[in-house]
Amino acid sequence: MTEKNRHIAFICSKGNLDMAYPALVMGWAALGNGIDVTIFFTFWGLDMINKSRVDHLEIAPVANTSMKMNLMGVPGNLGIPQIMGVIPGMTAFATALMNSKMKGLGVPPVREYLQMLVDAGAKLYACKMTVDMMGLSMDDFIEGVDSIVTAGDFMDMTEDAQIIFI
Amino acid sequence: MPTLEIAGKIVQVNDEGFMTDPSEWTQEIASAIAKEEGIETLTPNHWKIIEFCRQNPAGASKSPTLRAITTGSGISTKELFSLFPKGPAKKVARIAGLGKPEGCV
Repeated sequence: MTEKNRHIAFICSKGNLDMAYPALVMGWAALGNGIDVTIFFTFWGLDMINKSRVDHLEIAPVANTSMKMNLMGVPGNLGIPQIMGVIPGMTAFATALMNSKMKGLGVPPVREYLQMLVDAGAKLYACKMTVDMMGLSMDDFIEGVDSIVTAGDFMDMTEDAQIIFI
Repeated sequence: MPTLEIAGKIVQVNDEGFMTDPSEWTQEIASAIAKEEGIETLTPNHWKIIEFCRQNPAGASKSPTLRAITTGSGISTKELFSLFPKGPAKKVARIAGLGKPEGCV
């Protein structure tokens, strides 16, 4: 019996630190359960595989209504005043906070997480249109990125896959 | 609680077929489950991982997460996935006579 293996494809379109993790966490879980994983990086999602950006992904408190003061130990639902969010250094502060929370949970940084996924058999691809738009090439990407592919190639390689857009 | 006969021994399992009492586990059971999972022979590195999981510092009856296995046992992610292909999370747990890992990493 040659039953086709389950296959999940993630489209990563965001370069914010908080939006980098969903595909990594779910992709890792999928691989652990014997499911094939393909990840397609497009638009700002290319920051996740850009070797000069991947270690500098950030999260901004501005316009992020879910980021409350309780992350900093203040009880209740007190928000971070938007006017404070624009103060220089607030994005760096929020990023450091999130990175330390992740580290506390034993979650590896994005670069290391991607390497784990590749070692476990995930296939990573960069979107040709955005790569051209941003003037990037394979040399800009971390090791483990398979190739630069078109949207049409992605459709071919994800036939029968479940697709998750992030 | 359902039971299952593996390698001539009756063991307790949950609805998903994971053993629920780690003390019922034997090396013969591990070899028999491994065969069912498509792993013909358990090599020394397979045993290294199985032993590591059974000595889970949490002392729980759950298997450690894959990341905990690779960082704790010294076996790389690549090797873990080649030793237990197609779904090491559940395979390692079943063979080691433990429950599914709890945790996302």
